[in-house]
Amino acid sequence: MAAIRETIQKVGEVEKYKYGFETEIESEKAPLGLDEETVRFISAKKNEPQWLLEWRLEAYRRWLTMEEPKWAKVSYPPIDFQDAYYYSAPKQKAGPKSLDEVDPKLLETYKKLGIPLAEQEMLAGVAVDAVFDSVSVVTTFKEKLKEAGVIFCPLSEAVRDYPELVRKYLGTVVPTSDNYYATLNSAVFSEGSFVFIPEGVRCPMELSTYFRINEKQTGQFERTLIIAEKGSYVSYLEGCTAPQRDENQLHAAVVELVAMEDAEIKYSTVQNWYPGDEEGRGGIYNFVTKRGDCRGDRSKISWTQVETGSAITWKYPSCILRGNDTRGEFYSIAISNNRQQVDSGTKMIHLGKNSSSRIISKGISAGRSSNAYRGLVSVHRKAEGARNHTQCDSLLIGSRCAAHTVPYIESKNPTAILEHEATTSKISEEQLFYCRSRGIGEEEAVALIVNGFCRDVLQQLPMEFAVEAQKLVGVSLEGSVG
Amino acid sequence: MLEIENLHASVGGKEILKGISLTVKAGEVHAVMGPNGSGKSTLSYVLAGRAGYEVTQGSIRYQGKDLLSMNVEERASAGIFLGFQYPIEIPGVTSVTFLKAALNAQHKARGEEELDAVRFLKLVREKARPLNISDDMLKRALNVGFSGGEKKRAEILQMSLLEPSLAVLDETDSGLDIDALKVVAEGVNALRSPERAFILITHYQRLLDYIVPDRVHVLSQGRIMRSGGKELALELEQTGYAGFAA
Repeated sequence: MAAIRETIQKVGEVEKYKYGFETEIESEKAPLGLDEETVRFISAKKNEPQWLLEWRLEAYRRWLTMEEPKWAKVSYPPIDFQDAYYYSAPKQKAGPKSLDEVDPKLLETYKKLGIPLAEQEMLAGVAVDAVFDSVSVVTTFKEKLKEAGVIFCPLSEAVRDYPELVRKYLGTVVPTSDNYYATLNSAVFSEGSFVFIPEGVRCPMELSTYFRINEKQTGQFERTLIIAEKGSYVSYLEGCTAPQRDENQLHAAVVELVAMEDAEIKYSTVQNWYPGDEEGRGGIYNFVTKRGDCRGDRSKISWTQVETGSAITWKYPSCILRGNDTRGEFYSIAISNNRQQVDSGTKMIHLGKNSSSRIISKGISAGRSSNAYRGLVSVHRKAEGARNHTQCDSLLIGSRCAAHTVPYIESKNPTAILEHEATTSKISEEQLFYCRSRGIGEEEAVALIVNGFCRDVLQQLPMEFAVEAQKLVGVSLEGSVG
Repeated sequence: MLEIENLHASVGGKEILKGISLTVKAGEVHAVMGPNGSGKSTLSYVLAGRAGYEVTQGSIRYQGKDLLSMNVEERASAGIFLGFQYPIEIPGVTSVTFLKAALNAQHKARGEEELDAVRFLKLVREKARPLNISDDMLKRALNVGFSGGEKKRAEILQMSLLEPSLAVLDETDSGLDIDALKVVAEGVNALRSPERAFILITHYQRLLDYIVPDRVHVLSQGRIMRSGGKELALELEQTGYAGFAA
């Protein structure tokens, strides 16, 4: 079918990555490779307290005994962990006090990415904690947040300024022993965000962080910790782009969310990292551990993600529904093209009574990509009245891609009500003909149909992101770049 | 408006239309009747330009232009509308979104101004009212979970919004109860004008009680066997298509 073939070509052209540039900035690197000295180097660079160094070292030693997980439906050549740099920081005089003190080249990079940092202060309601490689460069809107009692800062700063808070919560949702990549992250994490919303506070703005990998051969090990105290609310937005390069880049982030009684955390991601070229060369390996703990009764955690980038995505944002009457949500759009491999989904662990969860996953595969949903819904013995509804929809474009759905359902409580729906469809010739017979061109028709397919999820995004995401969905599949 | 000459068309290598000639003038309503498998739907798809419906011989001129050299969306923007026998579901895309995309795509193709959301909504509500199409229905995904009658009314709404010069309605009456049929027929009659032509493709005479045609053609085995005035439809009702079988 001509329409489909053309679409695939268009998709291919689009993926000639529009953010493929590099910024020349002197960086201070840890020596190549990974051993205890590397861990000590990172910790020393950050002036960390002894307890955190011990914590890292313990994780590192455990990591040495672990093996890479092999169960995901992805394949890639073995990763040489000794052939990477684990720390790199743009050289700067001690922390910039305002944008004027920031290296103009950094600001230039953000401009190219369409993040007008210099204008951020004028833009409504979005505070940006910009991560350039590993060190946070600048944080805006800090004052306004401070008034509300909200802490939003680089994790390293939190370690220095709020050590008791960090120590109390770090690793309590994703323990250092959790999995191969999370353990590696625990040993070598260099930067990330820290958010603390005090009791009863509704965070006055959407919190937003842009991550960007820039330095060659530098793995990124972000670590984010968000704590929402009793009755508080926060919406956190994360967006990523990365410059083009040949080597595969490992990214193993950890995100931990803690929601106390009646608190709500909404975490949204638009991920658009370099996916590699048409043959699958280069591109980011995205092995992420994201988990939220609904620790208090009636708390709620909601994950929304739009994933279009990375060569390999291995990611399962999860909720532990520990409190009674807690609520977990997972809304996902994963688009894969060319040789991209996605193995993504969620885990909903029901521990509390009347805990409920909802999963909506939309996978779109094109080219020769493989797109798998892998999800676990687990109801424990005491989770009286637990409920889950799962909906997994796959859309195929062309005939060389693959979609898989791998749901795991475990229930140890007879009162649980669990529902799972799954569909697989193709954009049909009929649908395209119907649209075209009304005057809508082929490309626009594909974008229209795919956006319709993703509608349930797009609706979950905050306004700021919804427009961007909708555009990204169109761009990824339509070929209407720039 | 439309001149079809000696049209031969094949689907999957099999010849379905075997030399059709038909002239439709502006302001006329033509009914094309015939038994199943006679080539009625093939004729409608050939007019709309669907892939896989290959014209092997003959010509079609539309408003003086060579229709066969235009692609599907070009024909739509040039004013050809095909009402589907089985309208296609587009999950997640509301009727409003779809209609706006369609209307603005046609405006753009013709170099006309595109409508903003406010003006568009006003227009679509105006067109929807006489067809008993509620705001609620406009917000539902196009044709998804629509009843047979709702689907056909939605098709008529699209037609009334896009204001085509030539509307080809394929079995618009199929699956409709008498009340729905009346609403649809009224929708079509309201659009009849000296500038616009219709081709009604139908199996039964019933529709023609409500939309009175100027000409009736009997299609069988890929050929027009007989043409006449509206009385031909009534005759067919009595005799059936048996007389036209080879």
